[in-house]
Amino acid sequence: MTGSASTRVGPATSGAPALLTATALTRRYGSLTAVAGVDLRVAAGERHALIGPNGAGKTTLLDLVGGAVRADGGRIDYAGRDVTRLGPVRRARLGIARTHQRPAVWSSLTARENVEVAAWRQAGGLRGVRTPGRFRSRLREPALALLDRVGLADVAARTAAHLSHGQRRQLEIAMALAGRPRLLLLDEPAAGLSGAEVQRLVTLLATLSREVAVLLVEHRLDLVYALCDTVTVLRDGRLVASGTPAEIRHSPAVRRAYAEAVR
Amino acid sequence: MTPRPSRWLVRAGAVAALAGAVAAPWLVDPYTTSLLARTLVLGLVGVSVAILTGVAGLPTLGQTGPFAAGAYAGALVGLHVCPIGLVQVVTGAAAGALFAALTVPLVVHARGVVVLMITLAVGELTVTAASRWRSVTGGSDGLAGMPAVRPVWGMGVLDSDRERYLYTLVVVAALLAVVLIVLRTPAGLLLRACRDDEARMRASGHRVTGYLAAAVVATGALAGVAGALLVSVQQYVSPADFGFEVSALLLLGAVIGGVASVGGAIAGTALVIAVRDWLSGMLPGHAPLLLGGLFVVTAYLFPRGVVSFSAGAVALLRGGSRPGSARRVPDRSGADPAPGAPVPARVGPRGSGVGT
Amino acid sequence: MTTRAAPLTDAIDPYLIPALDGVAYGLLLFVAASGLVLCFGVANILNLAHGALYAVGAYTVAVLADASWGSLALALVVGVAAGAGAGGVLAGLLAPVVRRDHLTQALLTFGVALVGSALLVAAFGPDSLPVRIPAALDGTVEVAGHRYPAYRLGFIAVAGLIAVALTLVVARTRVGMLVRATVDDADMVACLGVNPARVRLGVLVAAGALAGVAGVLGAPIIGPAPTTADTVLMLGLVVVVLGGLDSVRNTLLAALAVGEIQTLGVALTPAVAPFLLFTAMAAVLAVRSRGVPAWWRFRPRWGGTT
Repeated sequence: MTGSASTRVGPATSGAPALLTATALTRRYGSLTAVAGVDLRVAAGERHALIGPNGAGKTTLLDLVGGAVRADGGRIDYAGRDVTRLGPVRRARLGIARTHQRPAVWSSLTARENVEVAAWRQAGGLRGVRTPGRFRSRLREPALALLDRVGLADVAARTAAHLSHGQRRQLEIAMALAGRPRLLLLDEPAAGLSGAEVQRLVTLLATLSREVAVLLVEHRLDLVYALCDTVTVLRDGRLVASGTPAEIRHSPAVRRAYAEAVR
Repeated sequence: MTPRPSRWLVRAGAVAALAGAVAAPWLVDPYTTSLLARTLVLGLVGVSVAILTGVAGLPTLGQTGPFAAGAYAGALVGLHVCPIGLVQVVTGAAAGALFAALTVPLVVHARGVVVLMITLAVGELTVTAASRWRSVTGGSDGLAGMPAVRPVWGMGVLDSDRERYLYTLVVVAALLAVVLIVLRTPAGLLLRACRDDEARMRASGHRVTGYLAAAVVATGALAGVAGALLVSVQQYVSPADFGFEVSALLLLGAVIGGVASVGGAIAGTALVIAVRDWLSGMLPGHAPLLLGGLFVVTAYLFPRGVVSFSAGAVALLRGGSRPGSARRVPDRSGADPAPGAPVPARVGPRGSGVGT
Repeated sequence: MTTRAAPLTDAIDPYLIPALDGVAYGLLLFVAASGLVLCFGVANILNLAHGALYAVGAYTVAVLADASWGSLALALVVGVAAGAGAGGVLAGLLAPVVRRDHLTQALLTFGVALVGSALLVAAFGPDSLPVRIPAALDGTVEVAGHRYPAYRLGFIAVAGLIAVALTLVVARTRVGMLVRATVDDADMVACLGVNPARVRLGVLVAAGALAGVAGVLGAPIIGPAPTTADTVLMLGLVVVVLGGLDSVRNTLLAALAVGEIQTLGVALTPAVAPFLLFTAMAAVLAVRSRGVPAWWRFRPRWGGTT
C-alpha cells in the first residue's frame, strides 16, 4: 500500500489498527485530476494532517472520504468495510464527520439548534427525542455543553447568520463533534480565527478523546507539528511524502514540493 | 439580529384577526361572506404553498393538484356517499396526500426554479385531467348539486352562507393551529435546516429527501382539506378553480404575505384574492392590471428576495417557542459579515485556501 | 410529391396536413422560444413576460396590416421595434432585482406580463382580432392532393430561414461565441470584463425582437387574443425545458416536437395528446434533476442551496 511515485518516509502509528484506508483514490474534474491515485491510512485515534500547496487536492481528498464527491477510481475502506459507494448520509451515520473550509452551518437556526440538529441521528432520530424531556436531556443539554467547550456558550441563542466567521467555524466543529464521530475531518480549522480562538482550538483538539481519529487539512505548520502524529504531503493531487512531523520537517522531497509550488 | 415585533403584539394581532373573522358574517352581506369563505379556503392552500416554498425550499406552482384532488374527492363523497363535513374533509385530506405522494418522486430531487417548472407541469396536467375525465369530474362543466354539508353526525345542515363560512373558519383555524404547532416542533427545525444547507444535513446523517417527501405529503393533505372545504362553500367545483392563474396567485400571495409568518401567508393570499375579486368589482375589467402592479411592487419591496421572506417567517415562528431568545447578545466581533451577504460557493473543484 | 403506393398514401394521407401544420406551429414556437432560451441561458433571467412581447407583435400586425405587402413589411418593422423596445424596458425594470433569486424575477416579469396583457386588452378589446394577410398569401395551394393555406407554407419557409440564420449567428459570429461561452460558464465570461448590464440589455432586446418577429409573422397561426401571451409563454417554457439551453438545434427539435404534439398528436390520439406536453416536461425535468450536474447550469440561486 505504498504510494507509487511518493517518498514513503514511514508511518508513525503503524501499530494501531487502520480506521480509514484509501487505496489509489482518484478524482477528476474535467481535464483536471484533483486527486491522482492517492493512498492514505488513518489509524484509530490518530491525528493525521494533510498539507501541501494550493490546488494539491487536500480538500477534494476530504470530500472523497466524507462522501461529498464520488471517487472516479480507487477504493475507501472505513472501520472494516468498503464505503466507496456509500453516500454522505450513510458515511455520516457510520461516524465520519467533517467541517468545511467555508463553515457550513444552518444560517437561520441558532447556534444551539445547529448543534441539536447535528446531534439528531446520534440521539436516536425523531423517535429518540419525541418528548420534551428526552429532547432536553439528549439534545439540548449536550448541545449547550459542546458549545461551552468550543467557547460559544454566550452566543448559543444567536442565529448562525449573525455569528462571526470564526464563531461559525467553531460552531461547525461543535456540530461535527455532536454526532460522536470516530473520524473527524477538519478543513483548515484555524483559518480566520483570532489568536485566542486558535489557542482554544488547539486545546480542544489536544484534549479530544483518542477514540476519535482526526484527519485535518491545515496551512499553519506550527499547529500541524504540534498536534499531529502523522503528516501527509500532497502536491498536484499526488502523495509526496508521509511520516512523523519530525521526518516531514526535514524531508527534502517536501521542501522541493513547496519550493516549486511557491516559485 | 432580525428585528422582530414583540410577542404580545403578534398575539394581539392574531386575536384581533380571529375576532374580526368570527364577527365578519354579521357585518357584511351574504355574497361577501361567501367570498370570505372562499378566501379562507384559498388562504389554507396558500399556507401549504408557503410552507413548501419558504420552510422546505420547494417553490411550487402545483398545489392546485392536491387541492383539486381533495375537491373532487370531497364532491364525490358529498354527491354519492354522505353529507357529513368531517367525512368529506378526511377524504379530501387523504386524496390530497395521495396525490402529493404520487408527485414526490418528481419534485424532491429538484430544487429552485426546476421545482417551479415541474410543479407547473403537474398543475397543468391536473387541470387537463379534470376537464377530460368527464365520467368522474364532470369535465369542464364541473360537478354541482351536492347536498348542503353537515359538519358532523347529529348537527344541522349548513344552509346559509354565514353557517358555511363559520364551518370553514373553524376547520381552517384548527388546521392552522396544528401547522403552527408542528412547525415549532423539531420537525420544523429539520425542514428549515434542509432549506438552509442540504449538503450539511447529509453530512450530519439526515435523509433530506425523506424529510422533503414528508413535507410534500403533509402539505398535500392540507391542500386536500382546502379542496373539500371549497366544495362545501360553493357547492360546485370545476377545472376553472384550479387553473394556472390560481397557482400563480397562490405562490405570489405566499410571497407577498410570507414576511409575516404563516398568518402572513393567509394575509397575502387574502390580499391577492381581494384585489382579484373585490377591487375588480369596483373597477371592472382591471383586475389583471391591479394584480400585475401588485406583483411588480412586491418584487421591488423585498430587498433580499424570497430567502429573506422565509428567514423572517422563521424568526417570527420561533418567537414563542424559545424563551430567552429575545435576549440581546452584545456583538463581540466587529468583523461580522453582513447577514445575507453574497458568499462564494463552498464546493469547488480545487481547494481555494490561502497558502502558507 | 404524390407518386407513392396507394395503401401507404391512404394510411398517411389524413395525417399529412396536421403534420405540416405541426411544422409551421413548431417553427413558430422555435422563434418565440429562442428568445426565452437567450434570456435564461445567457442572462440567467426567467422572463415570464416573453409571451406578452409576442402578443405585442401579434396585435401590431392585426392593427397595421391591410392585405398589402407594404403594410405587412411595416408591421414587421414596427412589431420588431416594439418587441425590442419592450425588451429594453424590461431590462431596465429588472436591473434593480437582477442580483436576486429567480422567484423575484418571476414575480416581476409575471406582474409586467399581467399589466402588459391588461393594457393590450384595454386598447384592443377582449375579442381576438382578425389578421389580414397579403392577398397573394391568402389563398390555398395544392399539397399532395390537399388544399393548404399558402401563408403557412410561406411561414414555414421564412421561419426556416430564421432558424438557419440563428444557427449561423450562434455558431459563427463573435456575439454567438460570447453567447455560447456565457451559457457554458457565466462567471468565467464575467471575468473577461464583459459588462453584465450591457449583456442583459442586449439579450432582452434581442429576445424581445425575436418575440416581435414571431408575433408579427405568427399572428395568423396563434392570433392576437387575451390568452395569447399565456399560450405562447407556456409552450415556450415547455420547449425550453425539453430542448435545454445548450444548442439551437435542440431547441429547434423540441419546438418541432411540441408543434407536432399539438397538431399531429391531437389528430392521432385525441385522448392522450393534451397530457403529452406536460408529462414530457415533468418527466424530463425530474430525470435531469436526479444528479445530472449539467442541469445546474441553470444555476438556481435560491432554495436550499447557497
